[in-house]
Amino acid sequence: MTPKGRRVIATLGQLCSIVLVIFGFSHAALAQVFDMREGVTETSQRVQNLHHISLGVCVVVGIVVFGAMFYTMYAHRRSKHPVPAKFHESTPVEIIWTIIPTLILIGMAVPATTVLIEIEDNSDPDLTVLVTASQWKWHYQYVEPDIGFFSNLATSQDAINNLIEKDETYILDVDNPLVIPTNQKVRFLMTSGDVIHSWWVPDFAVKQDAVPGFINEAWTRVDVPGVYRGQCTELCGMNHAYMPVVVEVLPEEEFDAWIEDQRVAAALAGEQAVADRSRTWTMDELMPIGEEVYISQCATCHLPDGAGQGIRYPALAGSEIANGPVEGHIDRVMNGVADTEMQAWAPQLSDRDIAAVITYERNSFGNAMGDIVQPLTVFEAR
Amino acid sequence: MIAHADTIPKQRHPLIAFILRWLLTTNHKEIGTLYLCLAFLLFFIGGAMAMVVRLELFQPGLQFTQPDFYNQMVTLHGLIMVFGAVMPAFVGLANWLVPLMIGAPDMALPRLNNFSFWILPFAFILLLSSLFMEGGAPNFGWTFYAPLSTTYGPPSTDYFILGVHLMGVSSVLGAINVMVTILNMRAPGMTLFRMPLFVWTWLITAFLLIMAMPVLAGAVTMMLTDRHFGTSFFEASGGGDPVLFQHVFWFFGHPEVYIMILPGFGIASQIIPTFARKKLFGYHSMVIATIAIALLSFIVWGHHMFAAGMPLAAELFFMYATMLIAVPTGVKVFNWVATMWRGSITFETPMLFAIGFVIMFTIGGFSGLMLALVPADFQYHDTFFVVAHFHYVLYPGAIFGTMAAVYYWLPKWSGRMYDERLGKIHFWTATFAVNLTFFPMHFSGLAGMPRRIVDYSIAFADFNMLSSIGAGLLGLTQILFLYIVVKALTSGEKVTDAQVWEGAEGLEWTLPSPAPLHSFETPPVIEPDDAHAAADKA
Repeated sequence: MTPKGRRVIATLGQLCSIVLVIFGFSHAALAQVFDMREGVTETSQRVQNLHHISLGVCVVVGIVVFGAMFYTMYAHRRSKHPVPAKFHESTPVEIIWTIIPTLILIGMAVPATTVLIEIEDNSDPDLTVLVTASQWKWHYQYVEPDIGFFSNLATSQDAINNLIEKDETYILDVDNPLVIPTNQKVRFLMTSGDVIHSWWVPDFAVKQDAVPGFINEAWTRVDVPGVYRGQCTELCGMNHAYMPVVVEVLPEEEFDAWIEDQRVAAALAGEQAVADRSRTWTMDELMPIGEEVYISQCATCHLPDGAGQGIRYPALAGSEIANGPVEGHIDRVMNGVADTEMQAWAPQLSDRDIAAVITYERNSFGNAMGDIVQPLTVFEAR
Repeated sequence: MIAHADTIPKQRHPLIAFILRWLLTTNHKEIGTLYLCLAFLLFFIGGAMAMVVRLELFQPGLQFTQPDFYNQMVTLHGLIMVFGAVMPAFVGLANWLVPLMIGAPDMALPRLNNFSFWILPFAFILLLSSLFMEGGAPNFGWTFYAPLSTTYGPPSTDYFILGVHLMGVSSVLGAINVMVTILNMRAPGMTLFRMPLFVWTWLITAFLLIMAMPVLAGAVTMMLTDRHFGTSFFEASGGGDPVLFQHVFWFFGHPEVYIMILPGFGIASQIIPTFARKKLFGYHSMVIATIAIALLSFIVWGHHMFAAGMPLAAELFFMYATMLIAVPTGVKVFNWVATMWRGSITFETPMLFAIGFVIMFTIGGFSGLMLALVPADFQYHDTFFVVAHFHYVLYPGAIFGTMAAVYYWLPKWSGRMYDERLGKIHFWTATFAVNLTFFPMHFSGLAGMPRRIVDYSIAFADFNMLSSIGAGLLGLTQILFLYIVVKALTSGEKVTDAQVWEGAEGLEWTLPSPAPLHSFETPPVIEPDDAHAAADKA
């Protein structure tokens, strides 16, 4: 490149930075907007570093190639360069521009290989969590201690339908986040109950598909406590966008306390379930609970007014099942329909919630069966 | 293109005569025109679906569509653009240009040619009719991963399967025709290494099509039997494997990517020398690089599946193989630059589109190289970074390539010139709009936005709004392009010179403008020029 060309490029570079500074961007702010996330694990930082290396190589090669193109477009346009040269072949040149890119690629492959080998080392975990995906939620099962729960979207339908303001965690909020401790190697075993999903937390640089019938592995070790958010990244049906991943990382002692809390809560829930099924519930008690469960679990497919969405998500208003024998309705809700989005809810909801939501469905949207399903009936149907 | 009066009985109603003529034509130029018109129509339909997608993504929240309909739009946009717009457009160009470039009177198998075109309208009627069916159109993405598309697919999936089968049949028959034509119908003296690059790239594309499309047919057939005949190829509960589907699909899918770009390489290699007024630099290395890319395309499919659960050794193999593709691709880009180097360059519309092709395709190549690095791919995979990557490859590659070709050869096809000023306006607005649409997607992807989502976190709002504005503008430029073509065909300045562009080389420029319906009935004899003679000796 001529000295003149170099001056032009240097000036352009200065101009760009001046413009950005005028608009009040600091380097850090720019990085936050335009860069891959740095994340909070050693892996994520090494991956970001790899991103910088490859991006840098591409930018340099781009400047050289596009620089040559723009130069020739400027200097060899017909008005300046009326008589074209004749050359059209050069084996040495072809060899040179085959070898140089190959060397650059080898230079990029070395760090990529090193990082990859580290990422794929799933051995010796301190804690193992079985992650089971289903449409459109995650289930987290700790192998030791024995704790498991579902993690559902917690963003309200009103925010999705633009009726209320959206906050910072819009569609990235769940009812029960996965909780893991700091400074421990946590291994995730991923699988799915229906279609393929993918579990991604950008700040950990962990992305792994959850495939039905197979178990995939991934791991992370987080040093910084906090709440980290990601999403399902494999198209998994209608509500693919509404399947967030939220991980809360606690300092080790707080994590132990959380585990203890979960144990206590599980025991309390057991006692509550016994209490629930040992008494008779009234319609007025069950209906508000049923509505709450319906809106949070059922309404995304069957819609809040029970109108459904075509044959795949049938209407509950006037449906044969909601207006038929109660046993059929209980069976449908508890066991679902195989190979469809209608899941088995028995493992997901308490006896009381199932009883309440069935009661609600039989007495709403114009359905008026007038019957009440008791938690005891559900318990016996399990 | 003048109707062939003596082939059609005189007493027929003119409308029936018109329909029969186009329905029954076996002329490569007319079939080429049919392909190009169908591709352009489907390009508008697929583009309208992209407009729905971008409209919904203009802001977070649900505005215009419900999630299931959004997924249908995403799916059909991809399918129609790949199988309906890009591939038929390239086959149309091959029909028009390959016989002219090799000095053949027509395609080798003219009736087969007619048949392979007329399959397509029916294939797309089948596919598009699914929009009006109960349960809606296919909603599982153009990659139709099992089991979302098998066990969980809507009833219309069977129409999709049949449609894909028909498209595959059409493509394979078209590819056989191109291959047979190129290998058997060359004029005396037109040795393989004297063929124009466009012919070379299409010959290689035809091989890719014949290798890849049957694999796709296998994939959809296994889907069909999984859905209805009790097999479990992709069903884990019956001993099958959902990831097997991805292997089969991408074994087709990656060569498919090159099917959609190699003819574009050929077009750029025709246009750039013309307007640089200098021979293509490194003709032989261009051919070898294209063959290398085609061969490598069969051993890199795994790079679409790094997150699907793959052993380390396989990840490493697919990473290295993928990175290797950058070498022949780089050679091609360097050769184009060297072709321009010390030429005498002018910037007519075809040249602008060809240069835009080289620059923006290279940007897509860069992000492709970044995606090849497995650890980084775990962050990029299935995010908008990937959407940015393949649109940078496909829009400036396949679409700009096709548009460059239309501007370049339209005067030869029709005998009329397009409006140069409008052509330049088209180029600059399209280039601006492409970059405004797709460049911000790199950043929304890096920030963590997954692809194929109907709704997104407010953190990604600014970039999405930019993309949507760009997409709207990009949609408008298509209408401008339609206007330019129609204006050229109806009232464009008449071209009388055979040599439309002063720097153009090739047999098509020895024919009068417009090219007569039947050309090279007596094969031309190709005199080896000094350069090629020297190359032949070497």
